[in-house]
Amino acid sequence: MAQPVIRVRGLRKSYGAVEAVRGLDLTVEAGEVFAFLGPNGAGKTTTVEVLEGYRDRDAGEVEVLGADPARAGRDWRARIGVVLQECRMRPELSVRETLELYAGYYPRPRPVAEVLELVGLAGSADVRAGRLSGGQQRRLDVGLALVGDPELLFLDEPTTGFDPSARRQAWEVIGGLRGLGKTVFLTTHYMDEAQALADRVAIIVRGEIVAQGPPDELGRAEAPTEIRFQLPGGVAPGELPIAVDATANGAVVARTTEPVAALHALTAWALRRGVQLPGLRVGAPSLEDVYLELTSE
Amino acid sequence: MSAAALALHQFRYDQKVFWRNPASVFFTVGFPVMFLVIFNLVFGSGDRISGLGVDVSTYYVPAIISLAVASATFQNIAMTVTIDREAGLLKRARSTPLPGWAFMAGRIGNSIVVSLLMLVLLAALGALAYGVDVPWSRAPAVLATLALGAATFCALGLALTAVIPSDGAAAPITNLAIFPLYFLSGVFIPESEIPDGVLHVANVFPVRNFFESFFIAWDPRTVGAGFDWGDLAIVAAWGIAGVLVALRTFRWTPRGR
Repeated sequence: MAQPVIRVRGLRKSYGAVEAVRGLDLTVEAGEVFAFLGPNGAGKTTTVEVLEGYRDRDAGEVEVLGADPARAGRDWRARIGVVLQECRMRPELSVRETLELYAGYYPRPRPVAEVLELVGLAGSADVRAGRLSGGQQRRLDVGLALVGDPELLFLDEPTTGFDPSARRQAWEVIGGLRGLGKTVFLTTHYMDEAQALADRVAIIVRGEIVAQGPPDELGRAEAPTEIRFQLPGGVAPGELPIAVDATANGAVVARTTEPVAALHALTAWALRRGVQLPGLRVGAPSLEDVYLELTSE
Repeated sequence: MSAAALALHQFRYDQKVFWRNPASVFFTVGFPVMFLVIFNLVFGSGDRISGLGVDVSTYYVPAIISLAVASATFQNIAMTVTIDREAGLLKRARSTPLPGWAFMAGRIGNSIVVSLLMLVLLAALGALAYGVDVPWSRAPAVLATLALGAATFCALGLALTAVIPSDGAAAPITNLAIFPLYFLSGVFIPESEIPDGVLHVANVFPVRNFFESFFIAWDPRTVGAGFDWGDLAIVAAWGIAGVLVALRTFRWTPRGR
């Protein structure tokens, strides 16, 4: 099996008395889109900055593309691409010029025209960066990370502060990177972003990974199935054959690890009573539910 | 790409950014030209400055060139590097294979080229409009003094960025650091009008030493090659101090967030 692109064991980092990252293990394989999901202040940016070589660590083993980022040199930096959480381009340079400037930093850059296509900015190539919308600026930023043709791409909260259509466009660009065979390490605090983009998700809370796996399977094994419906008129929750909780919109929800039996009991009862169960839905918990469960305290 | 080619690559784009930015062109190129014209207008270009023995225009051509060099280097670098730092551009550049020094070389090269251009522009304006002789025989001293001053003020500009907390504070702090020195050092007001005590204080700071050495290289009454070694040594000492402070305190990551 190929060497993992990122391998972290027991990573620790404190700022004064605050432990930002507390013994973190993670592995990212080549070609994977890996999402690092967590609320603000959970240690995402600290971790990604250690992996990018910006920050020292207090303890732990870190290997990125076979090297320790804290000691890696120019050859290693030619193999990674970084999109920071916030970066404003020089407004005086056009999109094309900005890409050409960065292309010149790398030993084997990807042709600028190709990068323009990849990030959907071919039509704005001669627009000054200062005149781009927020979403276009971000795509230029992704383009700069791609222009060196890196093997590994770090994207730190790539869509924070975007309107829905700009997010959608950014997702398309990031989704397109998969086709290039790039490994992508993405941090985000949006569940839907992790679900839409990632092959694998790790959820970090207060400096520790609390769950890890493909987004569809994450937490599924133990998590209960949810049965939702509107309470029929004239029925009190206590009359139902299964235990339910009320939700905000007048519906009730039952959580069960034995959904077949629960559904059977519920529908048999409804037939006997001659009532409908409006809006009946049976579903596995979404990543959002898992996330809220794990991050609530 | 070779190291020198990388620095040249960075320099070409720094030049584009400089010439396309209306504020940098106005303050760095327009301001000194305006000062030279206004001072000659207000004080009468052919009038003698009593106590100095030179006429107004012969005094102000080297004075305003000194100002233009400090502006193209110290002010330009302190402001643009701080703005780039706060925008996240310096941090971003650190994630690429571009060596830090190549980034700096591009920016410093830009400042030195603009300084040389201002030398040509202001010397030509002085010669054509006010008949101030260009000191061709002392060209080596003029160029060497300018190069040393430019290098020193670049280093001091980089050193200053460490105390500038945000992009909004870049212009006020930089101007506050240098504008009083222009007044106290005889760049704006002829030194014969400035009390001795003030000049002694100004002598501690490199604006005064640089102007003094540049004036001597330019002054038609100067005999010899025109190197003012004493003042040049002080300018160089400030430059070395600037480099040492910059090496210790310079940061690539934004401070304002």
